[in-house]
Amino acid sequence: MTVVSVAKEHGLVLRQVELAHGGQRLLGPLSLTVAPGEVVTVMGPSGCGKSSLLAFVCGTLDPALEGSGRILLNGEDISRRLPEERHVGILFQDDLLFPHLSVAGNLAFGLPPQIRDRRARRARIEEALAEADMAEFYDRDPATLSGGQRARVALLRTLLSEPCALLLDEPFAKLDVALRARFRSFVFDHARAQALPTLLVTHDPQDALDAGGPVLEIDAAGKVCAGTDRPLEQRGPEPRRTTE
Amino acid sequence: MTRRDLLAYLPGLTLLLFLAPVAAGLIGTWLPAFGYFPALEGHGFSLLPWQMLLAHPGLPESLRLTLLSGFLATLTSFLLTIVFLAACHGGRIILAIRGLMAPLLAVPHAAMALGLAFLIAPSGWLVRLVSPWATGWDLPPDVASLPDPNGLALTLGLVMKELPFLLLMTLSALEHSRADERLAIARSLGYGPVMAWMKTVLPAVYRQIRLPIYAVLAYSLSVVDMAMILAPLSPPPLAVQVFRWFNDPDLTMRFVAAAGAVLQLLVVVAAIALWRLGEILAARLGRAWIAGGRRGGKGRALRVLVKAAIQTLVVLAAAGLLAMALWSVTRRWRYPDALPSSLSLDIWSRLGNDIVWTTGTTLISGLAAAFIALALVLGCLENEQRRGLTISTRALWLLYAPLLVPQVAFLFGSQVLSIQIGIDATWIALVWSHLLFVLPYVFLSLEDSYRALDERYSRTALCLGASPNRVFWRVKLPMLLRPVLFATAVGFAVSVTQYLPTLFAGGGRFVTLTTEAVSLSAGGDRRVMGVFAFLQAALPLAAFAAALALPKRLARSRALREQRA
Repeated sequence: MTVVSVAKEHGLVLRQVELAHGGQRLLGPLSLTVAPGEVVTVMGPSGCGKSSLLAFVCGTLDPALEGSGRILLNGEDISRRLPEERHVGILFQDDLLFPHLSVAGNLAFGLPPQIRDRRARRARIEEALAEADMAEFYDRDPATLSGGQRARVALLRTLLSEPCALLLDEPFAKLDVALRARFRSFVFDHARAQALPTLLVTHDPQDALDAGGPVLEIDAAGKVCAGTDRPLEQRGPEPRRTTE
Repeated sequence: MTRRDLLAYLPGLTLLLFLAPVAAGLIGTWLPAFGYFPALEGHGFSLLPWQMLLAHPGLPESLRLTLLSGFLATLTSFLLTIVFLAACHGGRIILAIRGLMAPLLAVPHAAMALGLAFLIAPSGWLVRLVSPWATGWDLPPDVASLPDPNGLALTLGLVMKELPFLLLMTLSALEHSRADERLAIARSLGYGPVMAWMKTVLPAVYRQIRLPIYAVLAYSLSVVDMAMILAPLSPPPLAVQVFRWFNDPDLTMRFVAAAGAVLQLLVVVAAIALWRLGEILAARLGRAWIAGGRRGGKGRALRVLVKAAIQTLVVLAAAGLLAMALWSVTRRWRYPDALPSSLSLDIWSRLGNDIVWTTGTTLISGLAAAFIALALVLGCLENEQRRGLTISTRALWLLYAPLLVPQVAFLFGSQVLSIQIGIDATWIALVWSHLLFVLPYVFLSLEDSYRALDERYSRTALCLGASPNRVFWRVKLPMLLRPVLFATAVGFAVSVTQYLPTLFAGGGRFVTLTTEAVSLSAGGDRRVMGVFAFLQAALPLAAFAAALALPKRLARSRALREQRA
């Protein structure tokens, strides 16, 4: 874990983030930094508040929960911004492609409105699909796609929205094993290529291993119980205890 | 920021829009009931209206009819609903009946009542079908089958309308009560299917259908339009009597009418309290019954019986609608012929002008009320989601208020209010009065699907940079197209049904298919009645058909586009 004190830092920074419900602490305090192109993994059992942590970062925290602490993205404090103004992309376990829009319609939904020209928008979408070997899927109904194809479209949709950071909420969990490995590298390759700071929450150790970045472990009580600044594969079998 | 603030005021505005007229209406009815009504020289308080009301010779009989038909109809609908669902749980017939119930629910009360009247009158279709070859009746028999002295025809008509409502409400409650798991456990413990349902599912479901049952009870005790067609009229049930007094040319009768309206409210309140007492008693006995451990049998006989009863009701309703359609194109249909001897569209062309005007009024008020209700409901639900609020049970009671308070108990007061603010007998008053009853139904039919929509879709869309308003228009609304259209059709159907609100708020200036059908029912030309009753039933059914067809149509055109691409 890199300890950060400089405000003008590229990447995604969480400072003393805490989640609570009715005054009762659920998670934290937690501080971490994700450098551009780096993947930081937060691991923990289900129910420890991992998903709520991501919801807090992208500004869609359940109003029943209280979140505190600061979120900095490329040096700017985004903690008080509206979700749509944060430029934080998120992928969930389910692809959540809008069923009423075609594949291209979904991708166009993600594309920033600043690209006005219809032909330019179409070109961007076709380019993204071609690059993912899905050129022929432009007009398809998402319902006719396989699980792996849908997952890829969901990632493309997020990337086309030109996010400044990427959040992954166990997006590999529902894919079968063979597909999972392929989609994982597809996601990580893209995140690295676009130098996106990426925050992954999961309970699958293999996800953390493949991510190849720092790993933070949270226990059932929401406390940070272990962390490492090195990728998982370089560590011993037991996570190193921290004093926090 | 401003738009967000506007949205936050919407739930309050909505409640005000539909609770203020009810509250003001009740007060505006209570005051004249105790002699205070300056417009008619009533400046002080007195008990004279009550003395006149209680001295009315027909009052005991009116009350008897009201209580008998109200309780009998509610009890029958409730028992048929739960026994049917218990005996046929998981069976294909439930799906079939569910499919039939939605259109039945859409048919307005008055049309259903007229259809039933066409069937069971002494010269009705049922007698014609079996006469004279089986009965020997060459003339219509001299029996009081319509109206019968005990209001049983009214009870039957009410059951035909309330059963679909209760069945659909209970089916939707079942989806939230993990019925299959409960049944699996009970069955594995050796309980018969019906007993298992009654002992493990009903206690969970009843809590959720309590308010709908109270609404059914309140409605059955205070119905006017159905009663005018199916019940005895001298003396009539209480609500009809009160309505007559309100229309009495002798203006001093308004005071008696107001007292009668308060009595009507008291009757409903007392009936609901009585039903509640019955619930408590049944729960106490039920606990002992459940603890007793009787396993029950296979319930086969019960299944056959209840299926037959429900199917009979559906056939009766369908036959009634068919009879109206048939009468509307009849030139000559002599008793006791089973079918008309000659058909023609004469009546339709002769009534052409009337048909266009009444249908137009019905369409405009119905569409206006449905779409205003839809906008308000969507706004409330969207506000609730953006703020993470959940509606409490107490708020739900507020929503049900216009359905629990008898119409005749407050509409007069609301009319007085509308005169005071200068909107009496205008489109505004008409649509507003319909809105009171349309809004709760639109809310009830939309809330589940709106809340069930996976909120991660909107989170994803927000994180893609879409504003909350864009998310609403581009993601939520298209994904919810089917339930939104369905709720709109429900709202439209509810508006078409309204009889008393149209008369009170419309000040007699607006003639809809419903008011026309009811007022014609006294006249006697079955062909004319057939035309208006048929149209009255056809309009809501067409709205439902459109609500179901439109999403399919859109999906098909999308598939075509895809093929072409």
